[in-house]
Amino acid sequence: MNALVQFAKELAAGRIRVVDLTQTLAPDFPTITLPPEAGQAWPFRIEEISRYDDRGSAAYWNNVSFSEHTGTHFDAPVHWISGRDLPNNAVDTIPAEHFIAPACVLDCSKQAAQDPDYLLTVDFVTNWEKEHGRIPPRAWVLMRTDWSKRTDPVAYQNYDETGQHTPGPDSDVVQFLVKERDVIGFGTETIGTDAGQAFHLNPPYPCHYFMHGAGRYGLQCLTNLDLLPPTGSVIFAAPLKIKRGSGSPLRVLALAPA
Amino acid sequence: MNRRASYDGIVVTTPVSIPYVRFSIRAAHWWIGRALAELIRDSHIEKGHIDGFCVSSFTLAPDTAIGLSEHLGLSTRWLDFVPLGGNCGVVSLRRAARAVQSGDAEIVACIAGDTNHVDSFRQGTANFSRFARDAVYPMGAGGPNQSFAYLTDYYMRTFGAEPADFGKMCVAQRQNALKIPYAMFKKPLTMEEYLGARLIADPVRLFDCVMPCAGAEGFLVMRRETAEAAGIKYARVLGAIERHAAFQSDPIQYRGGWALERDELYGQAGVAPADIDFIQVYDDYPVINMLQFEDLGFCGKGEAPAFVRANTLTVDGTFPSNTSGGQLSVGQAGAAGGMLGMVEAIRQLTRQTIGGQVPDAALGLVSGFGMINYDRGLSTGAAILAAA
Amino acid sequence: MTPPLQKPKRKNPILRTRLPVPPPQARSRYALGLLRGAAQGRLELQECRDCGQVQYPPREMCRRCLSDRLDWKPQPEDGELISETLLRHSLELFFRERVPWRTGLVRLRGGVTVVAHIHADVPPPPARVRVRAHLDRAGQAVLVAIPERDTPNMADDKIMREMTCDPKFRKVLVTDGKTAVGQALVKALAKAGADIVWVGNAEPWKNFPGFDEIKSIPQVTLLNLDVTDQRSVREIAGEIAGRVDIVVNNAEVHRTYGISARYGTDAARAEMDVNYFGLLRLAQEFGPALKARGADGVNSAVAWVNLLSIYALANFPPHGTFSASKAAAHSLAQCLRAEMRPTGVRVINVYPGPIDDEWNQLLLPPKIAPGALANAIVNALRQGTEDVYPGDVAQDWLARWRDNPKALEVEASNP
Repeated sequence: MNALVQFAKELAAGRIRVVDLTQTLAPDFPTITLPPEAGQAWPFRIEEISRYDDRGSAAYWNNVSFSEHTGTHFDAPVHWISGRDLPNNAVDTIPAEHFIAPACVLDCSKQAAQDPDYLLTVDFVTNWEKEHGRIPPRAWVLMRTDWSKRTDPVAYQNYDETGQHTPGPDSDVVQFLVKERDVIGFGTETIGTDAGQAFHLNPPYPCHYFMHGAGRYGLQCLTNLDLLPPTGSVIFAAPLKIKRGSGSPLRVLALAPA
Repeated sequence: MNRRASYDGIVVTTPVSIPYVRFSIRAAHWWIGRALAELIRDSHIEKGHIDGFCVSSFTLAPDTAIGLSEHLGLSTRWLDFVPLGGNCGVVSLRRAARAVQSGDAEIVACIAGDTNHVDSFRQGTANFSRFARDAVYPMGAGGPNQSFAYLTDYYMRTFGAEPADFGKMCVAQRQNALKIPYAMFKKPLTMEEYLGARLIADPVRLFDCVMPCAGAEGFLVMRRETAEAAGIKYARVLGAIERHAAFQSDPIQYRGGWALERDELYGQAGVAPADIDFIQVYDDYPVINMLQFEDLGFCGKGEAPAFVRANTLTVDGTFPSNTSGGQLSVGQAGAAGGMLGMVEAIRQLTRQTIGGQVPDAALGLVSGFGMINYDRGLSTGAAILAAA
Repeated sequence: MTPPLQKPKRKNPILRTRLPVPPPQARSRYALGLLRGAAQGRLELQECRDCGQVQYPPREMCRRCLSDRLDWKPQPEDGELISETLLRHSLELFFRERVPWRTGLVRLRGGVTVVAHIHADVPPPPARVRVRAHLDRAGQAVLVAIPERDTPNMADDKIMREMTCDPKFRKVLVTDGKTAVGQALVKALAKAGADIVWVGNAEPWKNFPGFDEIKSIPQVTLLNLDVTDQRSVREIAGEIAGRVDIVVNNAEVHRTYGISARYGTDAARAEMDVNYFGLLRLAQEFGPALKARGADGVNSAVAWVNLLSIYALANFPPHGTFSASKAAAHSLAQCLRAEMRPTGVRVINVYPGPIDDEWNQLLLPPKIAPGALANAIVNALRQGTEDVYPGDVAQDWLARWRDNPKALEVEASNP
């Protein structure tokens, strides 16, 4: 019996859980907010093609539009200027085997609850490793903040007069994860892999800068991270095969022991 | 200005009326055709001898006189269409008389007739004229009630007419109509009923308004010798005038074109207002009767209220007016309303009345008024007829 | 004197809503000339260029000298009511449902007699009056005689209420409360006596200065209305469309680019998505409910206001894609007007010049202040005008456009 047959049996027997880490694509789900004079990421929009009516009597279907970075989405290295010249840096050329990888879930929910501007640090990671073991190479590091439980878009975006306040990694930990732990990517529940105030970090948006500069990936707007164990789960995260695409909305599934 | 040729030798004959009905499913063609048939029957003139045809109608569309000629199998050498509504009787007479005088035609049938379908009146009013459509109808769509209410309101304020003055004319005309079998109104009208009736468009009351209906009126025009040879009773034409779109600079209508032409009328006829035995005036709203009394010289401007108070207007009165009851009692069969007075005048002068006869009637005046286009009636005319 | 309009009772939801019927609409083409002035609240009549004769009703030729060189020129509004009637009967459904209805003949100073609707506060004839050209519920130009001097509660007169779109006691939707214009509109409408002001609040996580003040106005209810989102428009229409009497669609995106100053279509597309498609989505979702309530009592559905731009008439190249989106919206608003016309709901198009906001930062004055624009819109509702060109730049641009559109094209390219 090969491993896949065994896997199928375990799945059928309910000993493996499938956890959907994806937010529903809906028009009122917020997208990243940028200065109005900048180029803008389209929010998700959906308009009927027909609904069993004069536009098409037998069919219900819709046209949808969105940016590559709308909803729960995948960031490819080409998304950032630091990754622009890497080989296989777009969603259509990333090797397919990179779309399946183990995950380490770092629970920062208490910290984030106390401080919306909370930044993940190297200390936090090394402490976490003392309890859960060293992060293996080519694993996703998912930063659990329970931010996805903020179902009110206003609380989720959490703007005030100085901009957005959401948690994320600091500059050092990103470099640490890339250089010292060889992670495949970094995932968050917030609207970016970087913190809301990451414009003021050095460099600005360090997670984008270093992850993508090293050919690593991002996942954002994840949900249900609280249903995953700290280690031992596997992530399926395959973006749409958009030619020279910088990312895409996608369905992110986790497999975890029951 | 050259004096106009007289109408000497021209006579009018054969008054016919097709009994009016409130609503008809027939077309105008039927009503006019029936009048033509009666003209032929009553005059004993063969259809083929009628060589002139003068038609007035609002509801003949898409036909006009020529389509109607084919429709009725009538071939004439003179044809006219007189779209002048309440003035069509006088104008048809004038045109037909000149055609006969000149020899262009020998016998002219003048007919005015209209049908009245359930929605005809509204349609006719909404599309009555360009100015009506552009500038009156959208302002309340009150139809003629509205336009004549303005004139009545102004006249009352300016010259002191009272509702009872209008009432007196309406009551007298109703009295005259009681013997007319086809009149729409068959019951006497009292002054109390007149004054107590509801307001339609202040100050116009219910009985100031005519009843739209279907019907037709007709008569023949020929030389006296033609009539005498055929043994047809006739009345002579002494004089006739018309005047259109007069006094355009008056801010509102309080006088009509008659005032410009009346000296010509009496001069041509060789008579004076005092000689007239009866008058048939256009009475689609009694204020217009007053304008005609004044402008045709029976009293001065603004004196009509006093004139009405001083006279009795019934057939047997001091100033017999609208002796068949006028449109106010008989009904207004579209353009036939403009011919009602002419036909009644011929009946009076040829002693063929179906209602009351004015004693010793020798001279009658017929007056027409038509086409209230924007804010005033545009077409006026009058004729003086004499008994043979 | 006209008694003040009382706040209408709540609608009994189980009673049938009376269907709107328009007043008579047929006119000759020349008579439509009256519309041009009336749409902007001006009395214009035909004047002969050759002999100066003023005439009414409109004619193809001068009634005095038979010249066909006739211009529509503003006329003195004063005149004398010379006779009147109170119609208690009408041939048309519109008036039949509204009798008694006062009309009369007015002699204007210019020497013509006109048939006019007569305001109840005008004394009996002879009486001095002012004659205004108004649009009726069919969107056709008609004349209305009002008292020589303003009277209290004049706007509440039955005839005026049919000619205007007064927000008093009406329920209004302002589609975007986040802009300076939107906030000024909300305040002005509340001040004008609007019963409810629903205010669109797209992307609610974005708070804007002044927004808290709007939220504190008692008539105001915020809605997560996003005109780029068909589902949002549909859901909110499902919730409130049956009660909205006036839609003020002020949602707009304004970016200051021509073709070459901004690579790509994203900004232009956003402008189109809000300025053009936003109107289309709103019209599809809110239009049917408004149309059905065009005759629903004294606070019937009455108006649809579109915030367009004077640059809808001719492109302003520095704001070229914005101009194009407003031109598209202007065209669509004409379609909306045609579809609304039979129902008595007036489509009011507002064509301001540059608004004094952040997107016109680089333009030199004059610029119209958001408050002035809001007042112009409320005024248009009160006066019942249909085309509004508020501010000096709009008036200037309109005059140049009417005078010579080709010249304006060249002038606009060398600002």
